[in-house]
Amino acid sequence: MRHILSMLVENESGALSRIAGLFSARGYNIESLTVAPTDDPSLSRMTLVTSGNDDIVEQIKKQLNKLIDVVKLLDLSEGPHIERELMMIKLRAQGTNREELKRLTDIFRAKIIDVTEASYVVELTGTSSKLDAFMQAVPEGLITEVVRSGPSGIGRGEKALSL
Amino acid sequence: MQQRPAPDSSSEQAPPSDQPLELSGAEIVIQSLIDQGVETVFGYPGGAVLHIYDALFQRSDQIQHILVRHEQGATHAADGYARASGRCGVCLVTSGPGATNAVTGIATAYMDSIPLVVITGQVPTPVIGSDAFQEVDTVGITRPCVKHNFLVKRREDLAATIAKAFYIAQSGRPGPVVVDVPKDVTDPGIKIPYQFQPELKLRSYQPARKGHLGQIRKALEAMQAAERPVFYTGGGVILGNAAAALTELVQALGYPITSTLMGLGAYPMSDAQFIGMLGMHGTYEANMAMHETDCLIAVGARFDDRVTGKIEHFCPHATIIHIDVDPSSISKNVRVDIPIVGPVETVLADLLGLLRETGTPADRPPALKAWWEQIDAWRKLDCMGYDRASELIKPQFAVETLHRVTKGDLYLTSDVGQHQMFAAQFYPFDKPRRWINSGGLGTMGFGLPAAVGVQLAYPDAQVACISGEASILMCIQELATCKQYALPIKVILLNNGYMGMVRQWQEFFYESRYAHSYVDALPDFVALAESFGHVGLRVEKPGELEAAMQEAFAMRDRFVFLDVVVDPTENVYPMIAAGKGQHEMHLPPTMSQRELA
Repeated sequence: MRHILSMLVENESGALSRIAGLFSARGYNIESLTVAPTDDPSLSRMTLVTSGNDDIVEQIKKQLNKLIDVVKLLDLSEGPHIERELMMIKLRAQGTNREELKRLTDIFRAKIIDVTEASYVVELTGTSSKLDAFMQAVPEGLITEVVRSGPSGIGRGEKALSL
Repeated sequence: MQQRPAPDSSSEQAPPSDQPLELSGAEIVIQSLIDQGVETVFGYPGGAVLHIYDALFQRSDQIQHILVRHEQGATHAADGYARASGRCGVCLVTSGPGATNAVTGIATAYMDSIPLVVITGQVPTPVIGSDAFQEVDTVGITRPCVKHNFLVKRREDLAATIAKAFYIAQSGRPGPVVVDVPKDVTDPGIKIPYQFQPELKLRSYQPARKGHLGQIRKALEAMQAAERPVFYTGGGVILGNAAAALTELVQALGYPITSTLMGLGAYPMSDAQFIGMLGMHGTYEANMAMHETDCLIAVGARFDDRVTGKIEHFCPHATIIHIDVDPSSISKNVRVDIPIVGPVETVLADLLGLLRETGTPADRPPALKAWWEQIDAWRKLDCMGYDRASELIKPQFAVETLHRVTKGDLYLTSDVGQHQMFAAQFYPFDKPRRWINSGGLGTMGFGLPAAVGVQLAYPDAQVACISGEASILMCIQELATCKQYALPIKVILLNNGYMGMVRQWQEFFYESRYAHSYVDALPDFVALAESFGHVGLRVEKPGELEAAMQEAFAMRDRFVFLDVVVDPTENVYPMIAAGKGQHEMHLPPTMSQRELA
């Protein structure tokens, strides 16, 4: 099962490699990993998507919590939460495809953020599955480059993951 | 230039004055060690740590430095010191090869949760990353085998970082911590204020201080309802200084107890309630009790594969209680029914408190009586029998003789292999911290340098290292360290001319194709020991062994290397092959059934 883990991590060099190293050393999956500083410059917020059976995910959480650099950890999948991922996708946009891609962009409430005579760069934010759906809707052969941020997540409601 | 503080102006002056000391980075390193109460540092100098060594030299009246002959020896010696004394072991090594040589010892300590602080020199900060002379990414290389590590980039962070390192290494589940210190950070020309901070709090690290009382109550109910209970205890009992509490609890309940290799001595092994070590080379009765138990009480043990065998066959009928300070140990390999996260000692104390409230029955309940009858029947098999009439020295006989000669009062370090298993099986340790070996990593070469550490922790104690002719050669250079510091260690070399355990596996599982397990061209160990200035003795006949050991141990101020020529074909029994169930043991060939399934 897929789990989305949210962590507050000491904003120190080496924290990221400790976490990445833990996953490779113990053979756990990382599907995606995002990290950036928070309002508190001493802390980074990390969102990590992993998968495994209940025992493995339980062990992943324990091992992450054991790292000295991990200050707090929350399994967002255990409660209501919001996930968003950003994608920028470069498309071959010539002739009739130009109109078609423009329409598709509107349907997905995406934005064209760069235009040349032969290409668009489209920006799209949403759940990972929405991004997948957009890519599938693009006619065959028109995608020239894809960059995705990996999902970030936050819990719903008043409760916050903070110190 | 500012004045260097006089040697007597430091830790002996308590309480510290309001006026902070002005120290260089190098002096901060040494002052921090002194303030932490460190008396002994194991190390080897080199370019990147020269400033630190200079500061150390100036404080040599307050802190002792032991010069090893290889950085692996430094880490093992600090490790042995820590295991025997319960204090934090400390090493000081240089950058590059100094640090990489230390890695095996760091990993050894990590696998067995031993508190170490390893200070490694690093190239100066401006050249980090430029592939400078003797530069390696020490923090990167050691990351997977430390509890935590630090690269100190600012002089101002040095004192706090070293304090954190000691705190992390010794608290919770202990482990090694590496502090990598670039040379410019230790510049003797730049002084900054220094103040020792004994109290530390880390927002991201709060080890459990107490077990959950509800869980403890639940565990005690399960223990008292059990008909076939067994204690399974590990190194965590010794690390957590819980041997006394464990012994009291086990004796109050009257239950059988088995131990892992790492836990030997936490409960007196010569007591009748102790049913032997469990696992791959455990006793028949211990493994059968594990297989038949309906309530397993695991204390400070981690369900290692050498203990569980095939997980599907592990304790199939048991409710499992697990007490451990490390939450990640719980339900890692085997799913646990009643987990208790907390320091073993406090949890056992809580259990004892509750037990006193509920009281124990005056007589053993009938179910427990029947359980002991069953265990005694298993015991009668005498699963560790060996040929006592042999004309060759049997390794088991050598260990029994060692026990007799030392009267059980010994710190025994070990290398890795058959001799390690024979020692664990045939030397009954009745006290904790007496049996010192590399269990998790299985590091050949550990024994001799570890004995160096133990002897320095207890200068007046009898210390021996049991080894094999293959293992001992892996850190043989430490014979020079033993000479320099006049350490009266006794090496008991069980010399069978083979890497015995490798040979045994090849006999069992590779149709006796002995691929490279024969150690050709062995040195004359007596001459070797003598060349280092020690006493060397060689014994080849069983009848001469006891006298030779007496002679060795009678030389109280000499290092003696006793080369004991043992039967090269002897195997360690019982044995559960890797991947087999607890109940599927090879028993000694002297017995009518070689294998019980």
